[in-house]
Amino acid sequence: MKYIEEFQDPELAGKLLEDIHATVTRPWALMEVCGGQTHSIIRHGIDQLLPEEVELIHGPGCPVCVTPLELIDKALEIASRPGVIFCSFGDMLRVPGTGRDLFQVRAEGGDVRVVYSPLDALALARENPDREVVFFGIGFETTAPPNAMAVHLAAREGLRNFSLLVSHVRVPPAIEAIMNAPHCRVRAFLAAGHVCSVMGTEEYPELAERHRVPIVVTGFEPLDILEGVRRAVRQLEAGRATVENAYQRAVVPQGNPAARAMLDEVFTTTDRGWRGIGVIPDSGWRLAPRFEEFDAEHRFSVEGITTQEPAACRSGEVLQGLLKPHECEAFGTDCTPRTPLGATMVSSEGACAAYYLYRRLGGTTTAPLEASTVD
Amino acid sequence: MTSIEAVGPTAGGDPGAPEAPVGDRAAPDPSGWTCPAPLRGHERIVMGHGGGGALSAELVEQVFAPAFGGPALSSLADSAAVEVGGARLAFSTDSFVVRPLFFPGGSIGDLAVNGTVNDLAMSGARPAYLSCGFILEEGVELGTVTRIAEALGAAARTAGVEVATGDTKVVEAGRGDGVYLNTAGIGLIPDGVDIRPQRAAPGDVVIVSGPVGAHGVAVLSRRAGLEFEVGIESDCAALNSLVAAMLAVTDELHVLRDPTRGGVAAALNEIAAAASVGVALRERAVPVPEQVAAACAMLGLDPLYVANEGKLLAFVPRAEADAVLAAMRAHPLGAQAAVIGECVEDHPGMVVARTGLGGTRVVDPPLGEQLPRIC
Repeated sequence: MKYIEEFQDPELAGKLLEDIHATVTRPWALMEVCGGQTHSIIRHGIDQLLPEEVELIHGPGCPVCVTPLELIDKALEIASRPGVIFCSFGDMLRVPGTGRDLFQVRAEGGDVRVVYSPLDALALARENPDREVVFFGIGFETTAPPNAMAVHLAAREGLRNFSLLVSHVRVPPAIEAIMNAPHCRVRAFLAAGHVCSVMGTEEYPELAERHRVPIVVTGFEPLDILEGVRRAVRQLEAGRATVENAYQRAVVPQGNPAARAMLDEVFTTTDRGWRGIGVIPDSGWRLAPRFEEFDAEHRFSVEGITTQEPAACRSGEVLQGLLKPHECEAFGTDCTPRTPLGATMVSSEGACAAYYLYRRLGGTTTAPLEASTVD
Repeated sequence: MTSIEAVGPTAGGDPGAPEAPVGDRAAPDPSGWTCPAPLRGHERIVMGHGGGGALSAELVEQVFAPAFGGPALSSLADSAAVEVGGARLAFSTDSFVVRPLFFPGGSIGDLAVNGTVNDLAMSGARPAYLSCGFILEEGVELGTVTRIAEALGAAARTAGVEVATGDTKVVEAGRGDGVYLNTAGIGLIPDGVDIRPQRAAPGDVVIVSGPVGAHGVAVLSRRAGLEFEVGIESDCAALNSLVAAMLAVTDELHVLRDPTRGGVAAALNEIAAAASVGVALRERAVPVPEQVAAACAMLGLDPLYVANEGKLLAFVPRAEADAVLAAMRAHPLGAQAAVIGECVEDHPGMVVARTGLGGTRVVDPPLGEQLPRIC
């Protein structure tokens, strides 16, 4: 499998690890921004292979985790209405809103469908002219362009029964907010490679310079992540703080001009709430005024929603790297992947779920794995 | 300057909610929370209850087992062992609601035979007779039913079992999904054979009969909205002849399991839990076809959790492992059999994988449906 297996090669990984071990002289906290990177780190056990001086803080880059509760409640409300076909990516179905999730809405008779692209939702709108088709448009700069395209096409075709429930978020304002937070521990960022493949890297040099923080554009396979860590540690140890691109096979400085043009046409930036963190100014996108009629929040009046997060959930502090998941009192007792209090315990990319899986081991794992001789 | 306003659960929230005093953090009181924790209790059936994971297990343990309560049910294995007139019989039933009805490499008819035959074979039984119930939706084309019946008959002949009794019901249009099938089967357990999950013991070698994930990916590739060309067929096959070949070299097979729903991960977790043993998996040793790995990488799925319909996992004492492996490799359905790990005393009830890079991760039981990830 070209471009995947090569980037999981154990021998090359060993060399990168050696280099990191040889370079590091004191503790550094690095934040990987994207949930996909967190997933890969846990999936491959990368965090256990790094020197103990290198701490990876799992950032707020899991779209499932940071989508505000209020918007999830709006989704649940709209999805419950007769005549609505509510379309979503699969992993949003299990995210708890206030009291229930989209799976439960479906069990109660709502027409909730898993699609794999907003264009599939658009096709459903064409096939069902007497139904309202709503697509749950969440995610970072990566998932935004296809959603913009769907709205663009709907407008062009005059598909009045299609709308988008939008909660897009942007990485650079989140980095800004994390660096400005009191007690910020992050000393370097592994920027999200896929986001940069769309947006390019032009937004980052100013951030790196002003906050004196290295930003390394990093991919998702194990070797990508190790290379990102290696470059970040090298910068930190040398006292540098610049933007480096460690994901050159996918990212060019100017990003994807066609995708950016589509984003500029359909969306406009807006303040956006991040679940567990709060409102970050200018950190999201909403539909531009001329596409307002395709905004599900505009089309369906969903006012008067009062949201309620479980009081014991401290995912906000976890998402900012201020609290390790296992330091939360509810961790592993009241809050598990089976009974999540917050979104960080739901998504496999969420920091709490990732910690839950690893921590349950209690460090007794490695020896017996060597023993097998029959092969 | 950008800053983070805390609006999360640790500060603010619904002003009407009783606020947990800071001093109470050590002992959060669930009864004080104003909203029920999500997913904690289900008033209705959700899709996850049929996913073969933790929710399915809960349904069986909390609703079905207490209601039925017979001793034969207590093992909760894929088939029950019962004594009738001195003969030890394996008895099993399975229902089939697959969509689409026809997929690369098979159909619901093949599944209905092989699924039940394999459930019987996993206890070492020689499957003999099947029953078959058709639940048809008004309006289904007769040609479709004929094709399914023919596939079912052919699969039964291949497996060497006879469909001895059957039933047909028709439900009104809109109240079914085309065709649902149920089969039940009985088979004779040979003397001296005692194969069940509880017999897994530290020191056992874990063998898989061939590359995993083909069935799940083949079906997914034909599912509405996700058609992709993967060039892979379902591995759907009856495993009773392979089991017979293994039993020909030793009676001492401890556990056999076909990793269907929830894949290898679910099957190994069930065995680890049933026998209170740990399973140490070597991830790189698990054979995964390139197309399956590619499709999983694209969809964000883990091949260990993808369904198989013609593979088995065997727990075999180390002393017997070479002979069993040789017997498997001499059989067409076990030609690519491989040792993927072993049974250990450590981490009882848990499956822990050594990753390709040398890290470890816990392979958790699937919660319900595996959901394609957003990014």
